[in-house]
Amino acid sequence: MSAPAVLAGLLDFRRLDLLAAEDSALHRLDARAKLVVALAFVVCVTSFGRYAVAPLLPYFVFPIAVAAAARLPAARLSRQVALLLPFALLIALPNPLFDREVLLRVGGVGIAGGWISLVSILLRALLAAAAALTLVAVTGFPAICGALERLGMPRQLAVQLLFLYRYLAVLGEEALRMTTARELRGGGRPLSLRLYATLVGRLLLRTWDRAGRIHLAMCARGFVGDFRSGERSRFGRREIIYVAGWCGLFLLLRTQDPTHRLGAALLRLFQ
Amino acid sequence: MNPPVVEARGLTHVYDDGTVALQDVSFRIAAGESVAIIGANGAGKSTLLLHLNGHLTPTRGDVRIGQTPLTRQTLPSIRRSVGLVFQDPDDQLFMPTVYDDVAFGPRNQGLAEEEVGRRVQEALERVGVWSVRAKPPYRLSGGEKKRVAIAGVLAMAPDILVMDEPTSGLDPHARRQLIGLLADFGHTRIFTSHDLDMVLDLCPRTIVLFAGAVKADGPTRDIFADAALLAQCRLERPLALQACPRCGRTQD
Repeated sequence: MSAPAVLAGLLDFRRLDLLAAEDSALHRLDARAKLVVALAFVVCVTSFGRYAVAPLLPYFVFPIAVAAAARLPAARLSRQVALLLPFALLIALPNPLFDREVLLRVGGVGIAGGWISLVSILLRALLAAAAALTLVAVTGFPAICGALERLGMPRQLAVQLLFLYRYLAVLGEEALRMTTARELRGGGRPLSLRLYATLVGRLLLRTWDRAGRIHLAMCARGFVGDFRSGERSRFGRREIIYVAGWCGLFLLLRTQDPTHRLGAALLRLFQ
Repeated sequence: MNPPVVEARGLTHVYDDGTVALQDVSFRIAAGESVAIIGANGAGKSTLLLHLNGHLTPTRGDVRIGQTPLTRQTLPSIRRSVGLVFQDPDDQLFMPTVYDDVAFGPRNQGLAEEEVGRRVQEALERVGVWSVRAKPPYRLSGGEKKRVAIAGVLAMAPDILVMDEPTSGLDPHARRQLIGLLADFGHTRIFTSHDLDMVLDLCPRTIVLFAGAVKADGPTRDIFADAALLAQCRLERPLALQACPRCGRTQD
């Protein structure tokens, strides 16, 4: 974990907050509508069978459309989404080892089911991450927690989530300071496991202290355990249309398999 | 003298590890007074401030704000009237934008959004940083952060402003500007500081803490004239009161 890497992660994290402060028709929608659509999206995408690849592709229309409508920086968000790929790969990697049954032949080369399910897992991870990131970028994390609470999540849990988000940034800042301090005096030597353990322990204690001070400052300004955001927006007609429109599309894509139909239609055209 | 708005009587605080941070501290501060609490590192300044709006509970003795003793029940109303500005603005500013951060307090008070908006604008204009309202706090300079942190407390319309080391970490220009700003406030003000020149500019009265006890309490100029007291409490005369290094004369 080098200082520049920590810094980059931290800045990206904070820039997501900045995006949420912009203004667009999507930004102005009630957070609950956006949250419900994102959840429906993830449920739909994960509900496919394990060898599904082609039917997943049309779902990319959702994050792309959201990013376009809210004028989000697509390149940067794609990079952030791609950062999650190694984790998904870690989960999917054993599949080709255990599932060797050939399911597909392309030009005489047999492709085992394991490889197909690996691609399927990666696609789903990409889709889910893209949906989550665009959700945060057009809504803002505090508003999402507010929406969760208004949708019936216990307030304590929603506030915990918010603190998690807030302290993650604090942890990042502290980690950055420590890695910088170490690199300045470390003489380029690699970190021993023992030293690493000490650093992590120290990081926890420092974050703990700092979190305590932040909590004090919040209490000093009348914080009594619930975050009030300014806009108590309404779930109006726009929201209903947004939710119904996207959920309808997700269901359609789930039941009709348009890629398959498109492929079949193209085949017919060429034959 | 006006009736006291802040009163400590026999305030003693012993931390869990047995450290005695405050020992039988008593003082009365009247409405509109501007008072400095000075002392060496570890003299108990911060512990004292944390008592003034109920973050710590006295081991013995009590604190009264106006007519109200500080208890668990009166805590919300006391926190409304005592605005505490922390030393490190990074500990205080945490919302995504300056506007939202300043609005945090008023929103917690349950004010209507129009009133919140009015308060935020007033507070940010008061400290001269209304123009950065849409920025995230971490993009601000140190001086701006300090101002936003003060605005966040002003927006709650407190009667009493308590500030921990207001000028620490500021460049000379930002420090001078901040002192000018604080001098204009009509609130009852309590500062802790190692910046004794600031104390001289802002506070007619000074309380000196030493090892958790009140060592002196009186007019700032008298206290700074007492060389023996300052030396004992690990303090120094402010530069403005020291003799000119070239001609040896003092200001007054």
